[in-house]
Amino acid sequence: MREVAVQVNGRRREAMVEPRLTLADFIRHQCGLTGTHLGCEHGVCGACTVLVDGAAVRACLMFAVQADGREVTTVEALAGPDGALSVVQEAFRDAHGLQCGFCTPGFVISLTAFLRDHPDPTDDDLRSALSGNLCRCTGYQGILNAARLAANAGRNA
Amino acid sequence: MTGFAPGGRFVGQRVKRREDARFVTGTGKYVDDIALPGTLHAAFARSGVARGRLTRVGTAAAASMPGVAAVLTAADLNHLVQEWWTDLEGPDGQARQFRLFAKGDVRFAGEPVVMVVAESPYLAEDAAELIEIDIEPEKPVVDPECAATEGAPLVHPGLSSNVLLELPAIENPAVESVFASAPNVFTEIFRQHRYACVPLETRGILASWDPAGRQLTVWISTQGQFAAQGLFARVLGIPQAQIRVIMPDVGGAFGQKMFPHPEELAVAFATRRLSRPVKWIEDRRENLLCGEHAREDQAAISFAVDDDATVLAAKADFLESAGAFPVAASSALLLTTSIFPGPYRIGAAAGSGKTVYTNTAGRGSYRGPWMIETVAREQMIDHVARALGIDPLEMRRRNVVRENDLPYKMATGFVYDQLTAAATLEQAAELIKYDEFRVRQATVRAQGRLTGIGISLLAEPSAITFGWFSTDAATVRIGLHGAVDVCTTSASHGQSLETTIAQVVADELGVGLSDVRVIQGDTAVTPFGPGTGGSRSAVVVSSAARGAAQAVRAKVLDIAARKFEAAAEDLVIADGRVQVAGDPEAGMSVADIARLAYLDMSALPPGQEPGLEAHCRYSPSEHFTWSNACHMCTCEIDPATGAVTIGRYVVSEDCGVMINPTVVEGQIAGGVVQGIGGVLYEQMKYDDDGNPLTTTFVDYLLPTAAEVPEIEYGHIETPSPTNPGGHKGMGEGGAIASPPAVINAVADALAPLGVTIRHQPLSPSEIVALIQAS
Repeated sequence: MREVAVQVNGRRREAMVEPRLTLADFIRHQCGLTGTHLGCEHGVCGACTVLVDGAAVRACLMFAVQADGREVTTVEALAGPDGALSVVQEAFRDAHGLQCGFCTPGFVISLTAFLRDHPDPTDDDLRSALSGNLCRCTGYQGILNAARLAANAGRNA
Repeated sequence: MTGFAPGGRFVGQRVKRREDARFVTGTGKYVDDIALPGTLHAAFARSGVARGRLTRVGTAAAASMPGVAAVLTAADLNHLVQEWWTDLEGPDGQARQFRLFAKGDVRFAGEPVVMVVAESPYLAEDAAELIEIDIEPEKPVVDPECAATEGAPLVHPGLSSNVLLELPAIENPAVESVFASAPNVFTEIFRQHRYACVPLETRGILASWDPAGRQLTVWISTQGQFAAQGLFARVLGIPQAQIRVIMPDVGGAFGQKMFPHPEELAVAFATRRLSRPVKWIEDRRENLLCGEHAREDQAAISFAVDDDATVLAAKADFLESAGAFPVAASSALLLTTSIFPGPYRIGAAAGSGKTVYTNTAGRGSYRGPWMIETVAREQMIDHVARALGIDPLEMRRRNVVRENDLPYKMATGFVYDQLTAAATLEQAAELIKYDEFRVRQATVRAQGRLTGIGISLLAEPSAITFGWFSTDAATVRIGLHGAVDVCTTSASHGQSLETTIAQVVADELGVGLSDVRVIQGDTAVTPFGPGTGGSRSAVVVSSAARGAAQAVRAKVLDIAARKFEAAAEDLVIADGRVQVAGDPEAGMSVADIARLAYLDMSALPPGQEPGLEAHCRYSPSEHFTWSNACHMCTCEIDPATGAVTIGRYVVSEDCGVMINPTVVEGQIAGGVVQGIGGVLYEQMKYDDDGNPLTTTFVDYLLPTAAEVPEIEYGHIETPSPTNPGGHKGMGEGGAIASPPAVINAVADALAPLGVTIRHQPLSPSEIVALIQAS
């Protein structure tokens, strides 16, 4: 067992963990933040995407011990303290960018990180940025529209 | 747009979804998000071999591992299974091959052999790896055509053949005489590969047995809480009254989650035995390995055709692979053999087919389980058109059922009460600018570029209501403080019912959308119903909700009429207020009426029951509510790499009165991309020895945002006569009509090279092989 201290959504979390515990399981079960979903556990579907020190990573491919001393942001931290949705969350709702909702937290996190770094993306940029996340319900139509909406909101902000 | 213009404040509007707030913030609750103290975790050791004698199962090492609570095998559990028929099948379903765990032999790679239950999922998987399974492999039967042949090895040694179901070709003189005299007869066999459903959330269950109260509570990722409850009761041999099944948020299903499988049933046995909660969350490898497979089927189609391209008669002979342990009612033969003529005037038709066991994972009911009939027929139309030298659009124009043919009785017996196939064909052709594409295509073909356009027409038998699927129900109540609860039989796993059902009820009651809450997915709370399946909810559930809301509305008006000494006809309800028409002074809120209804018996008209609640159970007037659609798409093929790029993709859909066009388009888009994926990327592949080769997302390729086309929609709204809202289901059509549209576009692109397509998937290497072979 190893001791880890991770700053999760602004709160310090300390725990004794097995070295093999994935960051995703740490977030879900140790921290009780179940918005981070596991769709494949082999790094393809992107449902478990979280921000580690601001970078979008797949929490199923990282161990909790690797996050020791780092800052993790999950989907639960994106809305404002008053519950106001973030621009990306709002865009997903406005554009029907989700159906069953299981892949949604991963998409929302991926897009949040991407638009932060690329505030003026082309359509191809958006498609490529979202191609690391899988959705089985929407055919990506609503998701791409949500990405366009959020990008436009950023340009006009 | 033609015909009906919906006038509702909410019905027909692009209302934003009410369920989204929890999903975009990560506060949805799927089964793995539910935690009970003291929960144990299950993992399974499975057969790595498709067929063979199971000579030894070694469990000692696993059983003695610290943290392991139980190791359970066929010897522990199989004999405890009482009955395994599902309510969809009825008691006849007991004839379906079923077993909890492999015993004596193994019959597909992935078949569960041992369950380990441990203190954590990590420990359970560690222990499962310590299970020793010795198998003497035998040659499996993987290919359905081989399985169907005389003398093939038997998948189930106790049976006399591998044939699960056969609908033999019956000598039909009407059909045969047309074939004998027709100027042209064409026969082709179209094959379709094996897909997986791939909901992003895998299967999962949390089951908790309370030994004192003798109650089993189950949270399960399912499509129907009652379907699960019935099966748990029969398998475990305990009364349904002792089982509560809760369907939490469900991360997609697409047919895969209609009924619990051996793994989920074994978890229920484990919690009973151990009196601790037990959870199993399937991993992706398992989901691809054995979480139900689909599609692997083929159709031999014959058309008798006049020289003017009129299809005079059709025959279809289907073959399906059922796998070793198919899911209840997953054979689609009864539908494929009877609806394959589709939206065309084909005067004589005869269907036949066979479903065979193979040493592969069991067949399930993936979105449009019968779709091979459309996939094969639409390819055949193009094939014949090409052979006769006419355009496939023109071929369809000459044969499609037109409005003046209605009601139209298919040669196989089903009746289209109404169908706008011809109108959708023209709308789609207009949207995609079909004629302009053909002109452009001629130019680019001359430059050596391979571009194509594909069409498919679909008649979708939605809201299939037979037997178990006959009804849905809803209870509507306005509570003491005016809040409206709608309690429905079916629950959403992506279909947006929390929004669309609220739209219908809010319109009927004249209240705001935010006043209405939809309650779903709990056998202890909701009315009995079959769950989702057969594209039924927009038709059957909404009609039940509408009926219950109308009854509550009548009660509100009755009480208000007495209060204002007015006739009920002179009252209007709008924005949550009941108003005497033309008298702004005389009115009160629905919440105030509710207070009277519950608390002031003197306010009730004579004979009126207290309270404001009503229940309605509904069955449409027909067993099928037909919707229809036309898909058209264009593509370009890179002859060097074989890569197919979809250009434009157009869908003209008639699903009757749309409750929420955005939700309709979302359903179309999801289905279309599943179909594009199926034709171009996805394949659940076995080698000749029955070893599965595609059990990760690196091998089973799903489309991503980078590949999908922009889907364009045309809507035609012809109200259905089968239900008061005029709705038609359309949840499966996207996934049914898209594969043939894509295949036909690819075939059209490759036609100048002399390539004929009769199988899928059309991967780049396959396309290159087809081009080279031509």
